[in-house]
Amino acid sequence: MTAKLVENAAGRLVPDEVNGRASIPFQGVGNYRPRGCKAAPPLVSCADYPADGNKVLSDLEAALRAAGLRDGMTVSTHHHFRNGDLVGNAVFEAAARIGVKDLRWFPSASFPCHAPQIDHMESGLIHHIEGSMNGPLGDYCTAGKMRGLGVLRSHGGRYQAVQDGEVHIDIAVIAAPTADPFGNANGLTGPSACGLLGFALADSQYADKVIVVTDNLIPFPCHPWQIQGNNVDHVVLMDKIGEPEKIISGTTQLTKSPDRLLIAEMTARFVRDTGIMRDGFSFQAGAGGTALAFAIYLKEMMIKAGVKARFIRGGSTQHLVQMLEEGLTHYILDGQTFDLEGVRSMREHPNHVDTSPFTSYNYHGKGNFASMIDAVVLGATEVDVNFNANVVTHSDGRLMHGIGGWQNCLFSRCTILPIPSFRDRIPVIVERVTTLCGPGELVDVVVTERGIAINPRRSDLMDAARGTGLPLRSIEELKAEVERICGGAPQTPALGEKVVAVVKWVDGTVLDSVRQVIE
Amino acid sequence: MNPTATAGRKGPDVRSDCWVQIQARESGGLEIRLQSKVASMYGDSIRRTAEETLGGLGLEHAAVDLVDSGAVPFVIMARIEAAARRAGLYEGPGVLPAMDPCCTYGTTRERFRRSRLYLPGNESKFMLSAGLHQPDGIILDLEDSVAPAEKDAARLLVRNALCQVDFYGAERMVRINQLPLGLDDLEAVAPCNVHVVLIPKCESRKQVKAVDRRCRELLEAAGKPEDEIFLMPIIESAKGAIKAYKIAKASPRVIALAVGLEDYTADIGTQRTLEGRESFWARCQVVNAARAAGVSPIDTVFSDVGDMEGLRESVLEARALGFDGKGCIHPRQIRVIHEAMAPGSKELERAKTIVTAFNKAEAQGLGVVSLGSKMIDPPVVKRALRSVRLAVAGGQLEENWLEAEAGSSRGGDGK
Repeated sequence: MTAKLVENAAGRLVPDEVNGRASIPFQGVGNYRPRGCKAAPPLVSCADYPADGNKVLSDLEAALRAAGLRDGMTVSTHHHFRNGDLVGNAVFEAAARIGVKDLRWFPSASFPCHAPQIDHMESGLIHHIEGSMNGPLGDYCTAGKMRGLGVLRSHGGRYQAVQDGEVHIDIAVIAAPTADPFGNANGLTGPSACGLLGFALADSQYADKVIVVTDNLIPFPCHPWQIQGNNVDHVVLMDKIGEPEKIISGTTQLTKSPDRLLIAEMTARFVRDTGIMRDGFSFQAGAGGTALAFAIYLKEMMIKAGVKARFIRGGSTQHLVQMLEEGLTHYILDGQTFDLEGVRSMREHPNHVDTSPFTSYNYHGKGNFASMIDAVVLGATEVDVNFNANVVTHSDGRLMHGIGGWQNCLFSRCTILPIPSFRDRIPVIVERVTTLCGPGELVDVVVTERGIAINPRRSDLMDAARGTGLPLRSIEELKAEVERICGGAPQTPALGEKVVAVVKWVDGTVLDSVRQVIE
Repeated sequence: MNPTATAGRKGPDVRSDCWVQIQARESGGLEIRLQSKVASMYGDSIRRTAEETLGGLGLEHAAVDLVDSGAVPFVIMARIEAAARRAGLYEGPGVLPAMDPCCTYGTTRERFRRSRLYLPGNESKFMLSAGLHQPDGIILDLEDSVAPAEKDAARLLVRNALCQVDFYGAERMVRINQLPLGLDDLEAVAPCNVHVVLIPKCESRKQVKAVDRRCRELLEAAGKPEDEIFLMPIIESAKGAIKAYKIAKASPRVIALAVGLEDYTADIGTQRTLEGRESFWARCQVVNAARAAGVSPIDTVFSDVGDMEGLRESVLEARALGFDGKGCIHPRQIRVIHEAMAPGSKELERAKTIVTAFNKAEAQGLGVVSLGSKMIDPPVVKRALRSVRLAVAGGQLEENWLEAEAGSSRGGDGK
């Protein structure tokens, strides 16, 4: 396998082949239009399934055997429990007992709790991971120890890859807080309730075999059926599938930092003072302490101005739930519940609606929700003077975050990145991002503690912000100030030649490469 | 055994600081061993900073260990100098970073001093962004927030910060230690464009004069004889309270008189309460002494950073007693203070009416300001002018409100 590096439309060198499959370099935003038909799972016949609807098997190992687990297969799991997931590890422990090798793990995201997968990569059970990697898995990958290339996709990009056949899932294992023996499942109830199961939707529709794992097996029917039993092969009862209290991982805690609060407040003022905040508007604020604080400041401003949103896109938190319950928004369209209040609200409130990467982000959809949002507030590890943004690597080249829905959200009417201008002498406003995840043409506003930079492409926003008293500055000015404080421009970290992972764009093309970090 | 010493902090919780160990050697030149979480981005820069600082200190042979947690250059310089001094390897005037243009702005006697934010003098991580929160003043504290063993290191860190950190227009203040140690602090900081020196536990005009004299000597020695360093004595004892007026009058450089209640209540043998009856006299005394001396009375610090409602009430009370400002220890307190220090809407409307009348009288060359048939006394005019200025500073009122109102009334005439 000798992949060639080619320069893509963003000027980044990317391999023309990823894990043995030809890949297409990024061609520019909105320029790539693949042809053909959507992928499909094999035909099945209901005659082959129990007429009484009981698909329960004794344990995961039995289910994986029944699903025909073999060497080299692709196995998927999901991150509805974020850092509290117990099923991702359990699947591969069971696979290890069966004694297969060279599996491809295709999680919707991985977290530090999945560190045991490193042993499985060392033993040969897992060949490589295609999904976000951070913490110990990110270090393992960037050190160049993984056999295959890491493939980082957005939530929408994962749906796209499944739907156009770029990734064929052999076996999907879906952790479901409540399920019936037929395989109908949801995340709303049960001791491990996590809200919704949207990240598993594509897998349930397109995988060859689907296993539902639950710790709350109830008699048929389990309703609402977020996952339909008609797509499910086997059902397994486990003691515990996840720790919902750990859903609130690092990225979902409200910030106490006065600087971050300042950034959050300036972001809310920007949304208000440029007229984005008006009756019937919509917004999305992702995970991360600053985004959460933004929502709280905006809420106060909405109350003061008597403004009501049409919908808010979640990641829902207690703060968004309060806004729904206090009549500040008609709907929450939720992709992921970030805390237990979000779970409760989704269960109880008819206007707290579950969504999936299909409705919100999918490139192969006939449109999606992401481009219909007035303002979206996202994090980033770096932004450069061309407004290109990085969300997956640290400035030293290490993988530290997944893409999540981030790339997909860039298509909103106004994409705002509230970020500190530097962190402990690590500049965030830089000359050129280490890893390109978001092309600058889609990033509209950068809000730092030292001022707000509007992308010059958005003269409409420039006009709207003029005279508001907001501290507007050019991105070059911000960068110059950061470099003054940090003692000059940073030297470029010495990275290896070896490509260890690729970042996919929402259409499946390759946007950038992640290089090996040399110790 | 060769002289060895350390300075700065390291560890998993440390941010923006740098631990330094210097071990002198007889020969072999400088050996710099660096561990830094920003080594891949600033490793070369850190080594360069270290070499230049060590060179400036005249060290030629030493083993130098740096464990860096993302410290900016002026911090690294201060830590290296502190370690060298502690090891007895250096005794000179120090190796200062260049004075950045952002550090050279001045102050005025009349400026607002509604909020003053205390920053611990030995903690670099709070300094870089403090000015963004727009307090009227920032105090780099060398006194109570610094452990006795770190006084020497804090002094150098504060000195270097004064040369490098942009405080974005906030008044640049330093709280020195109690005398006589405080006089040594002055030696380090006075030449670095300090606007105001806070004199803690001030009990006599002699102390104020000593600080004033040392400041002038140091400014002259630095070739800045025309510069002035303002003084803000803090009354924190029974004796200080008794002498408050004399202290306030001790020098023309005294621009404000502050009260510090933690020490004061201990000194009079009681405890501080939320209600504050025990300190009522002292606070009134400070207000009256300051006003009598023509300087600004400044209230104590509100130290419960979680209690914003309590802070608001405390500021309203301070304002009602006659204080112009309040101390704080967290950036989130600043806005609350500015809002509570601002005039109420009724007060502001009346002040605007008076100021308008005053302007009209001035334009007409009248010595007396009157509203209808009523004459307005000069002190009332003065207070109204101040209220309007406060409202502008607090964002309640547009800076050009007079023209705007005149313009709108002209527009009305035209119809």
